[in-house]
Amino acid sequence: MYASDTAIHPGHEGHEAHAGHPPKGILRWVTTTNHKDIGTMYLWFSFAMFLVGGAMSLVLRAELMQPGIQFVTPEFYNQMLTLHALIMVFGAIMPAFVGFANWMLPMMVGASDMAFGRMNNWSFWLLPPAAILLTSSLLMPGGAAGTGWTLYPPLSVQMGIGMDMAIFAIHILGMSSIMGAINIITTILNMRTPGMTLMKMPMFCWTWLVTAFLLIASMPILAGAVTMLLTDRHFGTSFFSAAGGGDPVLFQHIFWFFGHPEVYIIALPAFGVVSHVIPAFSRKPLFGYTSMVYAIAAIGLISFLVWAHHMYVTGIPLTGQLYFMYATLLIAVPTGVKVFNWVTTMWRGSITFETPMLFALGFLFLFTIGGLTGLVLAITAVDIQLQDTYYVVAHFHYVMVAGALFSAYAGLYYWLPKWTGYMYSERLGQWHFWLSLVFFNVAFFPQHFLGLAGMPRRIPDYAQQFTEFNLVSSIGAFGFGISQLMVLVVVFNTLRRKEKAPAKPWEGAEGLEWTVPSPAPYHTFEEPPPFDNSRAHG
Amino acid sequence: MVTKSTGCLLEWIPARVATTGKGLAVGGAALSANLATAAWEHGLQDPVTASARQAQDLHTWMMWLISFIFFGVFSVLAYSLYAHRKSRGHQAAQFHDNTKVEILWTVVPFVILVVVAVPSTRALVNMRDTSQPDLTVKATGYQWKWGYEYLTGDAAGIRFQSVLATTQEQIKGQAPKGENYLLDVDRPLVVPVNRKVRVLTTSADVIHAWSVPAFAVKTDAVPGFVRETWFRAEKEGTYRGQCSELCGKDHGFMPVVVQVVSEQQYAEWTAEQKVLMAANVEDPNKVWALAEQVAHGEKIYLAHCVACHQVNGSGLPPAIPALDGSKLVTGPKLDHIGIVLNGKTGTAMAAFGAQLNNTDLAAVVAYERNAWSNQTGDVIQPAEVLALRGK
Repeated sequence: MYASDTAIHPGHEGHEAHAGHPPKGILRWVTTTNHKDIGTMYLWFSFAMFLVGGAMSLVLRAELMQPGIQFVTPEFYNQMLTLHALIMVFGAIMPAFVGFANWMLPMMVGASDMAFGRMNNWSFWLLPPAAILLTSSLLMPGGAAGTGWTLYPPLSVQMGIGMDMAIFAIHILGMSSIMGAINIITTILNMRTPGMTLMKMPMFCWTWLVTAFLLIASMPILAGAVTMLLTDRHFGTSFFSAAGGGDPVLFQHIFWFFGHPEVYIIALPAFGVVSHVIPAFSRKPLFGYTSMVYAIAAIGLISFLVWAHHMYVTGIPLTGQLYFMYATLLIAVPTGVKVFNWVTTMWRGSITFETPMLFALGFLFLFTIGGLTGLVLAITAVDIQLQDTYYVVAHFHYVMVAGALFSAYAGLYYWLPKWTGYMYSERLGQWHFWLSLVFFNVAFFPQHFLGLAGMPRRIPDYAQQFTEFNLVSSIGAFGFGISQLMVLVVVFNTLRRKEKAPAKPWEGAEGLEWTVPSPAPYHTFEEPPPFDNSRAHG
Repeated sequence: MVTKSTGCLLEWIPARVATTGKGLAVGGAALSANLATAAWEHGLQDPVTASARQAQDLHTWMMWLISFIFFGVFSVLAYSLYAHRKSRGHQAAQFHDNTKVEILWTVVPFVILVVVAVPSTRALVNMRDTSQPDLTVKATGYQWKWGYEYLTGDAAGIRFQSVLATTQEQIKGQAPKGENYLLDVDRPLVVPVNRKVRVLTTSADVIHAWSVPAFAVKTDAVPGFVRETWFRAEKEGTYRGQCSELCGKDHGFMPVVVQVVSEQQYAEWTAEQKVLMAANVEDPNKVWALAEQVAHGEKIYLAHCVACHQVNGSGLPPAIPALDGSKLVTGPKLDHIGIVLNGKTGTAMAAFGAQLNNTDLAAVVAYERNAWSNQTGDVIQPAEVLALRGK
């Protein structure tokens, strides 16, 4: 049973274009407070940013194809690597999962929309100006910031106006995230349909609840760090300058206090998606719901306690190095629990391999590899050899790309029928998956070897012993990049072939979102739906 | 180490398109030659210190552990993907909890990690123990080179800069790349074998990092602070590393090269250096003539200034001003000397007073004032520079 969206509510007569029909034209998108519209905008924006950031990575990999400087100057190379990371983290992967949150959270909890519709609109519309500010910094005298996304002073104090534009862009992006997080927490805590206790809530909601708290706690810290950088640059402060009584390493502490929770802000929603897809295609409930929730909470909490593992070689005291090593090792425990639980979910299930499941399996396989190399990096005495080498680059691309991105693709294929009302072509989806899987590994697996052999990161040219694996990695990168254009092919093909999707296209799927038609009506659950207590988890 | 560009997007495109074809042709030939003798380097470099051996052993142990975990988990998964698929007719079980198993796979990994932490702790404690060194040297990071100074023993007082020796022609593909491409310097750090060498690191500008993989040494060089690390090399030889913290455009072009020699050779080298330094001791009261000074100044300029201000003095505006035709360079001498001596805060212009003696600083200022289209005819005496120091 689901609520009719044409029910008449007193007091609604004055609203624009209701009874299920949104306003027409561009004004619809500019003024919308509808979580589905906003989710759609987030997803298109994130994909556009993904292509921009991806193009930048191909500039890097083109230069690294052979030893020597062929295409770009070293200073432009540094600008590319900085913007590549900032755009991917803040412009692509974070907005993508916020897009999923917007589309799915209200439906999953049986709410009619997010708690604060206008603030939701603002959260999205802050993003395009921020993206323009960030990318157009390339055109400024001196170009964009060339410091890496970590923005360490004193190097970042030397940069031109491109650095200031990046700082303002980061402020705007942070505001967007904080407002989004407030919306998500309020929606999840206050708008669940009666009977849906927290421990009966779908896993994607749990991951976003914890992620939202991480955002609120960590984004202001980043804002503080970049503001201190701004005042060091222009207003005579010396927070990060020894000559004025400050310390460059202070920036690193502040940055990474944000930076480490940030990577879990990216990873936790990815875990949430996978926790929906794997049970659906195994036709079996998620194994160990309670411990999965505890694991998410533990990961969220511990993520605040490990930041200086990014700073092992900065000269922090031995006691600091040891503590952060132990804490970092500790976070592997709840993460491992999640991996074991996903595998056990599939065990003795009835598994099929549609595209969402393929991407979820890809996630499981490759995120675990990334997690295991993270374990290697956690050991300080080994990290001495690997810090600032391509081993680290390989590690975080495994967890962020093969991890978060593949999970986002799993969610995209899983929920696309709900959003559009049409089934995607399974054949095209399979092509997208296999091309992505193969080329991803060709691009990034050799980077472990490069790092072990001693190739530093953030260099445009390298010594001869690194030649072969760089060539392989570049070929993989180009293959991977081109394969991602398949997303456009799949989406437009889906809309063209118009193969109608049922309300629940996936036999094993659970959750309130599958009780509404496909495509989901503009307004869903205007009355809270009855929630069946026995079928607890989504 | 330098290529010409403003770094501004709008200007690099035409230049790059022009050189791409040439670069590809030469690069392609070089690459095919390389692949014939391909290295495919894939492991940690051979350790020559006990610390490096410990790091390598720890890494090997970790590789066994993670491989075990990987194969353990994924063989179960692979089996499940085969045996429990719907197309084989497998019916889904509906179990979804098992507290005993959950506790097991929480506690067992925790115990494994405790076991891992023990040798890791030992190795790290050892790596941080810089006590009782036989020799202490200081490595100072500059944009973009290293400076070394010997602080103790017979070598105390020896100081020099260590600059990338690979030529621009090699980098641009106009000449074949040498064997230690990007890993060669003009003057390496020389240390005796089997002696505990304590390395202090600091920086004159931004954060760098001093690293030698064969020693398992990597420590940030933070401006305004002194960090320390140590190594005891057990084998003679030449060991190479690279700067390991992004420090600007030539971060990839400031290698670390350490030459480990016998006690005898070290003693000889030390004596030799001291003789050279004595011979080079400047006479700040010497009176220079223009032509002689400009010739000397050009050498200093090529060693210290071209990275930013370019061979033709055109700089990389706006971040790096042009010197050719510059009002400051052709204006009052004191202002020009002052900025070279003291640098300019908030920019990449370093205080070269710390790196150059009065003679060299005077010479490079004189060169700039008489090179390209600048023809001031000014001579700068070392005494003038000395007088300005500390002001």
